[in-house]
Amino acid sequence: MAAFGTAAGRPLQGRGGSPGFRFTLYAVLAVVVMYLDQRAHYLERVRYVLQGAVYPIQVAVNSPPTAWRWLRESFQTREQLRVENARLRERQRDLELLAMRYDALAHENGELRGLREALPAVAERWLPAEIVNVQLNSLRQRLLIDRGATNGVFKGQAVLDDRGLIGQTTHVGPWSAEVILITDPEHAVPVRIERTGLRTIAVGGGDGSSLALPYLPSNADVRTGDLLVTSGLGGVFPEGYPVARITEVHRDAVQPLAQVRALALSHIDSDAEVMLVWFRAGHPAAPAPSLNGAGDLPRGNPSMQPLETSAHRPAAPDSAPPHTAEHGAAGRAAEAAAPGSAATPPRRARSPSAAPPAQVPPPAQVPPPAQVPPPAQALVPADAPPAEQSAPSAETPPADGSPQPKGES
Amino acid sequence: MTTLAGFRLRMIFTVLIALMLTVLPLPTWLDVLRPAFLVLTVLYWSINAPRAAGIGLGFLCGLMLDVFQGPVLGEHALALAVISYIVVREHQRIRSKPAFQQSLLVFAALIVYELVLFAIDGWTGHPVTSPLRWLHTLTGAIIWPLAAALLSYSEGRLA
Repeated sequence: MAAFGTAAGRPLQGRGGSPGFRFTLYAVLAVVVMYLDQRAHYLERVRYVLQGAVYPIQVAVNSPPTAWRWLRESFQTREQLRVENARLRERQRDLELLAMRYDALAHENGELRGLREALPAVAERWLPAEIVNVQLNSLRQRLLIDRGATNGVFKGQAVLDDRGLIGQTTHVGPWSAEVILITDPEHAVPVRIERTGLRTIAVGGGDGSSLALPYLPSNADVRTGDLLVTSGLGGVFPEGYPVARITEVHRDAVQPLAQVRALALSHIDSDAEVMLVWFRAGHPAAPAPSLNGAGDLPRGNPSMQPLETSAHRPAAPDSAPPHTAEHGAAGRAAEAAAPGSAATPPRRARSPSAAPPAQVPPPAQVPPPAQVPPPAQALVPADAPPAEQSAPSAETPPADGSPQPKGES
Repeated sequence: MTTLAGFRLRMIFTVLIALMLTVLPLPTWLDVLRPAFLVLTVLYWSINAPRAAGIGLGFLCGLMLDVFQGPVLGEHALALAVISYIVVREHQRIRSKPAFQQSLLVFAALIVYELVLFAIDGWTGHPVTSPLRWLHTLTGAIIWPLAAALLSYSEGRLA
């Protein structure tokens, strides 16, 4: 076969060093690069430049599908367009009706929380991004989008579609960013079961659409069909965005934990566009501001802690010392309602340097009961050992790793 | 015989094509079967032009792969440096083998490559334990004769 001959075009130009020497050189270089990237994170800058350098290749590779889509769209018939237009118009009307109602509800909610006026929406700015490349590698659920640092995208930013959560950015290049999906086995989202308020962690299932809830005790109140929404812990995703619906609950009498699986609500495989979201800092439902999304979460949702305690304070002022009152069911309720308190102790223990409460963003929008939180804060961690049987403890062990892709933080 | 610069240009051209084939979006089932085109290209040049290509080319191509799909920078670079070293050392023996035996050797090289990746994935805490990750070594070995023929065609045509 001619293909394997010692054919033409073999330049015989020697270069310094034997293969063994050069191999050793490159191998050491590779190991050093790996060490720096993995342990020390010195190479964010290098990665940034490289990602910018390879972006043209990705665009070129992706251009045939894009061209095909464009072609198909531009040859749609008038009839098709009319039908779609009518459908969109109808949908817009529905959404407007919903939004009207939403305004009223938001106002009411603000009043109930004791705020002077209704809170603004938690999402401050949206930026649609096109998916350039799904499945950078089919064994890891990642995707590449066409927005990068020049558009203000940052590492650890939440990515949504119109149905639910998609993931967060992991590597940001100048014009592109890599997104890790919530279904990646290396990703974990702190979630809340909407029906019961039970908080736990949803880990990616690895097959593109499913998630697993591996930390629920087998007596946890969870049913097929329950909706999972983000719990707002972890500093990346804001509170209350839909994530997945439970599809399978398997309880084994022998196992201490239930095996629960859920189906992601977002349609990653059929989306062409996703949304990057910037959240208003200081908003009660926003993720607590943390450095690069990797810092720790000092006190979760500031507005909810005073609310819980101030609600039951006046009811039982003198009958018992506040200690015992808080210690019982009320204490547990406070714990369940204050997302920060359950997750705080392990973190604080883990990284004491980053934990001073001075970091807590001043809860500017929560004027009145500023005097209440300190006792509650001091009490809950002290009185609630991590092994407590109550619901929130189910999330305590994994919470310190929470929504960061492992190894990225 | 052409100049070294022209030769390099052709090599870079094939590497770019291989890189595009590597990152081309495919449906999942096909993606799992997709041979590692860039690795095959590096192997080809390491066998047929060990002095011009060799370990340095392997390292650089690996770095590019890392940017596209590596959890850690340097992972693919190390794996490709390892196999291109082995191949460069044995290039004369490999070159004289018939196509079928070459395919077997390429299969072995791809296994070594994937083994290095597997180990590093595990050590750095991004394990992918699915057996599907090994599938591309097989398709790579099957497609090797064709890939080698195409690459040698590019070598000859542009000469």
